[in-house]
This record gives sequence, C-alpha cells and structure tokens, in this order.
Amino acid sequence: MLVSLNWLKKYVDLGDITPEALADKISKTGIEVESIMHIAEQSTNVVVGYVDSCEQHPNADKLNLCQVDVGNEQLQIICGAPNIAQGQKVAVAKPGAVLPGNFKIKKAKLRGVESQGMICSLQELGVEEAYVPKDIADGIFVFPNDVEVGADVASYLNLDDAILELGLTPNRSDALSMLGVAYEVAAILDEPVQLPDVTVPTIEEEVTKHISVSVEALEANPYYGAFLIKDIQVGPSPLWMRNYLMAAGIRPINNVVDITNYVLLEYGQPLHAFDFDKFNSNQVVVRQANEKETIVTLDDQTRNLKPEHLVITNGKEATALAGVMGGANSEVTESTTTVLLEAAYFDGKTVRIVAKDHQLRSESSTRFEKGVDPNRVEKAGLRACQLLAEYANGTVLSGIATFDQLDKSEKQVTITTSRINDRLGTTITDHDISIILERLGFTFEQSGETFVVNIPTRRQDISIFEDMLEEVARIYGYDNLPYTLPKGGQQAGRLSPVQKLKRQVKQYFEGAGLMEAITYSLTTKERAKLLVSPEIKEKAVTPVRLSMPMSEEHSTLRISILPEMLASLSYNVARKQQNLGYYEVGSVFVSEETEVTKQPDEKLRASGAITGKWVTHAWQQEVKEADFFLLKGIVEGLFERLELTATYKQAVIDDMHPGRTAQIIVNNVPVGFIGQVHPRLQKAFDLKDTYVFDLDLDYLFAIHSDEPSFTKIPRYPTVSRDIALVVSEQVAAGAVEETIKAEAGELLHDVHVFDLYQGENLPEGKKSLAFNLLYSNPDRTLTDEEVEASYQAILAAVKSNHDAELRG
Amino acid sequence: MKERLHSLQQEAEQKVAEAKNLADLQQVRVSYLGKKGPITEVLRGMGKLSKEERPVIGELANKVREAIATAIDEKKEAFEAAELDKKLQTEQIDVTLPGRPVQVGGPHLLTNIVTEIEDLFIGMGFEVREGPEVETDYYNFEALNLPKDHPARDMQDSFYITEELLLRTHTSPVQARTMNEFKGNKPVKMICPGKVYRRDTDDATHSHQFTQVEGLYVDKDVRMSDLKGVLNQFAKQFFGEEREIRLRPSFFPFTEPSVEMDISCKVCHGDGCSVCKKTGWIEILGGGMVHPDVLQMAGYDPKVYSGFAFGMGPERIAMLKYGIDDIRHFYTNDIRFLKQYDQA
Repeated sequence: MLVSLNWLKKYVDLGDITPEALADKISKTGIEVESIMHIAEQSTNVVVGYVDSCEQHPNADKLNLCQVDVGNEQLQIICGAPNIAQGQKVAVAKPGAVLPGNFKIKKAKLRGVESQGMICSLQELGVEEAYVPKDIADGIFVFPNDVEVGADVASYLNLDDAILELGLTPNRSDALSMLGVAYEVAAILDEPVQLPDVTVPTIEEEVTKHISVSVEALEANPYYGAFLIKDIQVGPSPLWMRNYLMAAGIRPINNVVDITNYVLLEYGQPLHAFDFDKFNSNQVVVRQANEKETIVTLDDQTRNLKPEHLVITNGKEATALAGVMGGANSEVTESTTTVLLEAAYFDGKTVRIVAKDHQLRSESSTRFEKGVDPNRVEKAGLRACQLLAEYANGTVLSGIATFDQLDKSEKQVTITTSRINDRLGTTITDHDISIILERLGFTFEQSGETFVVNIPTRRQDISIFEDMLEEVARIYGYDNLPYTLPKGGQQAGRLSPVQKLKRQVKQYFEGAGLMEAITYSLTTKERAKLLVSPEIKEKAVTPVRLSMPMSEEHSTLRISILPEMLASLSYNVARKQQNLGYYEVGSVFVSEETEVTKQPDEKLRASGAITGKWVTHAWQQEVKEADFFLLKGIVEGLFERLELTATYKQAVIDDMHPGRTAQIIVNNVPVGFIGQVHPRLQKAFDLKDTYVFDLDLDYLFAIHSDEPSFTKIPRYPTVSRDIALVVSEQVAAGAVEETIKAEAGELLHDVHVFDLYQGENLPEGKKSLAFNLLYSNPDRTLTDEEVEASYQAILAAVKSNHDAELRG
Repeated sequence: MKERLHSLQQEAEQKVAEAKNLADLQQVRVSYLGKKGPITEVLRGMGKLSKEERPVIGELANKVREAIATAIDEKKEAFEAAELDKKLQTEQIDVTLPGRPVQVGGPHLLTNIVTEIEDLFIGMGFEVREGPEVETDYYNFEALNLPKDHPARDMQDSFYITEELLLRTHTSPVQARTMNEFKGNKPVKMICPGKVYRRDTDDATHSHQFTQVEGLYVDKDVRMSDLKGVLNQFAKQFFGEEREIRLRPSFFPFTEPSVEMDISCKVCHGDGCSVCKKTGWIEILGGGMVHPDVLQMAGYDPKVYSGFAFGMGPERIAMLKYGIDDIRHFYTNDIRFLKQYDQA
C-alpha cells in the first residue's frame, strides 16, 4: 500500500512530523514502512509557463520553437513534444533548474537556435512511467487552465509529497485504505480522524424504478448495492485526484474510472461502474457461473467460467467477474452518459478462486480476498456518487437498489487490566487502557478493571482476547515492555545423547581431515538411484518424489547423500580445486511403499568422499593420493571412537568399483559401504579416482554404549610377537586376522597387519602377510611358555584354515 | 711424601690443562690414577710410615686423587660439550621452509552458527529437539493455526508429496509434536534446529532449502516481557554486548501478539547507514506469544498456560554477520567458501 502523506493529511493532522519520523513510529507500532519516496525531492526551479507562441524550428522538422511566459520573464524554449501547442500551460524547467537524476538545465543551442530551458513531461519531473496517463506518455504535461503562471509546479503536481510504502501483514487489511491508515496514524499520534463529508445531491427519480437486484449466491455475495448516475460527461478527472492516484501507483484514465479507483483507495472498497445503456437490462442478477459459460473481460480476453466463479449478470449474460474485472460488453467509454455503480461485498474465498483461475490479481480482488469492511460498502458507493456529481457532471438518482443480508454488527471482546498485565509483564493502569482504546477509536463499557470493547468492523483481525492484548501492547509500545526472565523453575538445558554423539562424530571427521558439506535433500530422479547402500536399497524401492516439483533438478528426495556430494566435488574440480575431502551427516528418506501414503523413514547417515591428493608437500616430494586405505583408516577411526568393531566384506555394489568396494558389517548387521566410485560414474561427474563411504548412524548410535566401562591400565609388561605367513593371494588378510583372534586365547589383546609383501623370493600366486601380536595379562607377568603355546595354536589354525605357512 | 703428593697433583693438573682431546685425558687418567700410577705407589708405601703419619698421608693422597679425577672429569665434560656443539652445527636446518601440512577439516558455516545458537539457549535452560523433514499437513499447518483454506498455505508455496504429506516449511511442527508428547501438563522449553523447504526458485536471496532454528517456551505465567528478556540475552551474547534490540509488531498465524526483532546496526549503532538501509536496525527474527488455538490444539489449557515462540534463519544471520552476498554459497560447497569459516 502506497500512502501519500499529502492525501493522508486530509484525514489526520500530521503536525510538523517529518516523513522519516512518522515512518519510524508507524513501523514500531505495527505496520512496517518499507520505503519512503519523495516524489521529486530534486526538482527545483520548475514553474508554470504559458505558451505564447509555438512555431516550427527553422532548421528541424520535429522541433518547435516556443515563446513561453513564466511570469516575470519570457523564455525562448525549443520543445520536441508532439502535443505542444500555443495556449497551453506547461511545466518549465528554467536555466539552473535541477531535475531528478541530478539533471541540470542550462541554456543551450539546438540546431543553431538558443533554448532557454525545458518544457517537462511528468516522467522528467520524477513521476514513474507506469503511472503517467497513457495519452501523455510520449509528451509533455499540460495543466488545466486555472493554474497561475510563474507559480512553482511542486504543489500543483504534488511533487512536494512523500509516499510511504507499507508492507502489510495479512491481518492488517484494514490499512489497505487511506481511512484505515488514517485510523492507525491517528492512534499513533493521538489525533482525531476527520472523515470525508459525504453529502450527495440527488434528484427525486428513484434508482429502483430502473433497476432491481437479486442475488442467487447468498454466501458469496451477502450485499449488493446498485446506484444510478445519469448526465455523466466523461473527461479527465481533477488534477489533485490524478496526482493522488499517481502517488498511489494507479494510472489516471478518465473521471469515472478515476473516481471508482479514488474511492477504492480512500475507503478500501472496490467499486465497479457499468455503462447502464449497454447493460441492456433492468435487473442485476448475481449468480454462480454456468458450466461452459464465457465472458469477454475489459482486457478483451475470453474467459471460460466454472460454477465456482461468481458473475454479475443482467439476467441473461455475464457482465462482470464479481470483484475481479468487468465485462467488455458494459464498459464505460468516452460516450457513456449513465453509470450503473456497483458497491458490493464479495466473499474473499470466492474472489480468490476467480482471481487465481484467471490470473487476475488486482487492487480490487486483493481487497475482497482479505475482507472489506461491511460498514463501508454503501458509504463508499455514496462517496463515489458525490464525486461523480461534482467532477463528472453526474445527476444522482435517489435511493439504492440493494440485496442486503450482510452482518454489519460489531463484535465484543472483554479484557481486564490484570490479565493484560499478567500476559505482558507490565503494570499498565485501568486509565492507561481506557486512553489506549480511545486512541484506537474503539468504544467500550468499563466497569472497574473490566472493559467490554466494541470492535469496529474495519478491524476484522480482532476477535479474541489475545488480539486485543496485541492492540494494547503495540499502542503502549513494545519498547516500553520490561526485560524479564521467565519465572518458571529453571531446568537445565541439554543435548540428547544422540545429538551429543552427532556432534562428536562430526568433530571426529573434521579432525581426520574432512570438511563438512551440506547438500540439498532434493535431487534428480536419476541421481537419487545412485550410490545407495545395499541395506537402504533393499527397502527404498522407489525414492520419494514431489507431486509438483519446480524443476527436475530438485524433484526427488535422496536415499543417499553421495550423489549430491559427488556433484559438489565436481563443482569444485571444475573450478580447479582438485584435492577434496568432504563428509556430511544428514537424513535420507526411505519409503517402503511404491505409492507413498505415510511419512518416509528418515534415516541418519554419515557419508564421505575423497578425491585428488590428500597430502602434498612439494619441497620434500611427499605426495599422497587419496585412496581406499586412507578413507578406510578414517572410517576405522570412527568405529574406534564409537567403541564398535566393524568387519569389511568384499562386495559388488552398483556404481562402485567391483574390485575396490567393501560392505561394512557390525554385529552381523550391514551398516554401509566403502570403496572407489565406478570409473564410469567418476567420468560422468568429471572426477578422477574418488573414494566414498556411507554409514548408518542410527544403528551405530543405537548400539553404542554411552557409558564406557573402565579397563584397568595394565601393570605388567605386554609381550610383542611378530608372525609372517605365506598364503595364497586370494586369502583375505581380514580372514586370517579373524582366525588368529579366534585361536590365540585370552592373552592376545591386539593383532594387526604390519606388512604385506608379494614378489621376489615368494612363489607365484603367493603373498606374505606379517602380523604383530600383542599379549598381556592384567594380573601377572606373562611367561614365555604361555605365549609360545598361543603362537603355536595360531600357526596350526592358519595352516588348516588358510593353508598358511610360516615364512622362512 | 707430602711434597711428593702436592707436586704430583700440580703435575697432573698441568697435564690435564694441556690435554688437547679425550685421548690425552685418558692418558693422564691412566698415568696418574692407574693401578701402576704414582699415587697408588704412594699409598702402597704407607706401610713404612709411622702410626701418626699414616692417616694424614692417606687422607692427603685420597684428596689428591679426587682432585685429579675431578679435573679430568671437568675437562672431559668440556671436551664433550665442545664436540656436541660442533656436531649440532652440522645439523642446522632451514627453519623458514614450510612445515609438513596436516590435513584438517572443519565444520560448515551453518553448523557453526546453529551450534552457537544451540549452546546459548542450552545455557538458558532450553533443550534441543529435532523432528521429521517430511511432515504431515496437520503438524506443519493445522496444528499451527493454519487451517486448510488459509491463504498463507498455498499449494504453490510448499513442496507437497501427497495431499497430506509435504516437506516441512518451518521447524515449528517439532514444537507442536513436543507439546503433544508432553500431553499438556508440563512445561516445554526447547529449540528446534533443522532443514526446511519452500517452493522458491534459487537465487541470491532465495533457496528452496534452508535452515531454521525455532524456540518455544510454554509454562504457567509466561509473559511477553520474558520473550523480550530472553531474546535480548540471546542477541547480546550472540551479536555482542553493545547491541540493542527492539521489537516491532508483526503477524504470524501461530502467535498473538506477534513480533519482529531488530538489532541495532553494528556499523552505525542505530544512527542509520548503508548497511542497515538508513534505519539503524537490522531485522533478525520473528516471534510472539503462542496463539491460544495452538496451545488448545496441543492439549494445553490457554487459561492456565501461556508461552512464547520465536524463529530465525541461520543463513540470514550468517549473511549479515559476514557480509555474504549470495545464499547459494551455503549449498554449493565450494571449498574456497567453506575454508573461510571452518574454525570450530
């Protein structure tokens, strides 16, 4: 809503408050002022001039040479506007004038002839192109005859105005009118509201003699009022009205249209003017549209109607889309002489459907959608009649043809001072509250601390105690509320065990060298199928898809974090950032249904990816490429942190390198995978070798014990033994390790591979695996015999299980 | 004999002083302190002395031997120190060469912001709660006083999956779920951070996915001044002690009264500058007193319980705090962006 302060001053005394100070007060009291525009702050030295003569420029076809009287002097001005003519009163920027955009006017020679200034268009004076009347869009502005030659144009053209742009929240539709804003500003400034004086001169002839109104859709249209005005002379509306319309962002058209728009802005009540001679009937019938009915609207579009659409008809055919747009068949034109004026209350939902289906959001539909004031509908009609009589030569017939089942009663809300104070934390008195209510213009019955407040119908947003609480609080001033801390018992805040674990896991990954990424949950249908961990794939048969995606790019919910993570890697590589290590902890969305009916299972996963060089250290020639074992080390570290034991099983997983991928198992449950991305997919993402992992954090957190038990620090020395075994290349180190663990007995507390050898001195197809065995006993020093017994047991077991020989 | 011992000491000390290396010293040690050395010889000849002389000479001989041994040891230490010095000289490195880099990752900027907000509110007694990102229409809208025909819940604004399921448009459903869980008979004091989704085309200021942190406190006798006090404490801790807050009336369907909170501009402290668009204030979050319908629907009697709620966008906060110009930076994971904010 654009509010002209010059216009607003007609209803409220603004005193000498600056636009900025007023804007600040309005913002702090409840309606955000989004901007303040000074129409033509910079226009100086622009006056009304009278065109004494206008002849063609001797050296240019399209230029005119004008002698202009600007009061105290005569100026010779060259003007190229097509609509310039002798006898006009025009806006003249004299030499030394500064126009918006810091455009300085100087004397200049044009085609050999001197020009002493410029005759201005509205655009040149700072009016936005879109609001300039169409007939003068390409030309200069011409004043009506009654303006004084030599006078500053600022007041005539409302250039001294400031416009506040209000950002209205949906509840404050009352401020979609100048009067609504006036009530708000009056409450803020503690000033009275001056309502316009509406007295309509009427003739005896009655409206109802010519027209009757019937409504078939009671709920959608509880009130319809028809006025008749004859002897209309269509022409331009008065300058002040055009100025206010332009300030409010509406382009002036002619007096009839301008008046309906002016009243729409003043009262917040949309009106519609029909050309009564073209209306072609003596009855207005409001009804739902018929199936397959059409209407040609004012914009010459043929609109197909549905029964949900409400139409105004002449009993035979539709003449308007109720509350949205009139029909072309009854349009007011230059030749209109009798106007049928509609002032009606259309239900917001109905108007919303029509406006949406036909994509016709307008000043009018917006107001109906948000709800107009039931008590202003008829008043607005009368106000328009008054203005049509005054500015369009109209003769107003007496009475109104109406259909009226509209509830215009005021609601009551009861408030008490103590309850207000309890909720606000204030010490407002009964007297304070009565003053606030008076400032708001709300009437009330007071008994002691209890107020029964009558809510004016313009404030449709107020219906319960809390609404009044807000009214009192905002006029009292949010700034004046004290700062307190809750009285309630202070419990300790905390993170849940899972939230703590999540933080620890993230910190671990970061310590291990991975950067946290956050990718989109919505991906493409194709990507959603990629790099899915087997235990997820088993369940999530089809990834969940949005019913109406905005783009294919974000259409499907992820069941793996990895595809979008690869996209992030790819984004970086394309920008010459090749060495990357990322992790992300987040949800994937698993639905076991093919047709989704219930919320998908949201599973917390941790995924990671590395590519490029991991360590580069140029001057020592140390370069370590990201590889499987580097990433596996990071994953193993995580399991160690969580005090869980994982096993890695060679696996074939879609989109992964068939020889370099392992499924990860904990407690016999598959919890994810690790490996190299399949080279085909790497290529598709423009990536070099890339290694990824994906883990089920829900499960790992569930089996993780949050209270680690204490293990005694060993008091007796550990014994370390190494064992090098020659086995077939096919034998997995993990399998040998399992055998060692199983057979070594209780004294073995750790075993790990420390060397892998293949090649010279070993038979073809064999490899040597060297393990380090650590023995300890918490209670006493170990004997050589016990260690040797375990060692021999191991040797026998690996021989029989893996055909392993001690390396000679 | 005394003289002999004294001169031996002098002689030996002289030789120690003349020694040029460890070998020379060893020579001195052997020749004076060895089994065949002169002092041993003196001690051996003590049998010939009188009872009175024997202890005197014996004591003197031991003293002389110790003195010589000390002189040798001191000289030896000096030689060793000099030798070490010489060795260390050869071990000099160029300390200006770069160190071996350690690969260290770091958190995403949004995680940092959310963690800081979480910790501040935990300090004020709030617990952290999370909920599903795919929500039911009921929890996302209806339970928050947004009935089916409410204009604010246009199908065009949300990502629906079915008529009843959608990607949550805010984290408020977690509040409704928590209140339901608590069955209307105990206080709720929580914040809920998480991802939310809206049907927006991604550009510099819009993102179809973003983050929210919302807070809720429901108890007996919760006042609007408590909301102001808690938000003030948060703002001062998060943005700095010198920052002021102001509340302005606003509108949300789930709160009444509703507020918008501004903080004073860090550049001009309220005077108005280009950062705050000449207003002196920067909008940070929205909130208000929980709407009685919301309490009622969650099983809390609005006559007994009241509460406040608030919500903020970590992306917006980060953009204001660091002057980030494009919200898409949070989701492209450009390493050059992430590295600027990876301090945990």
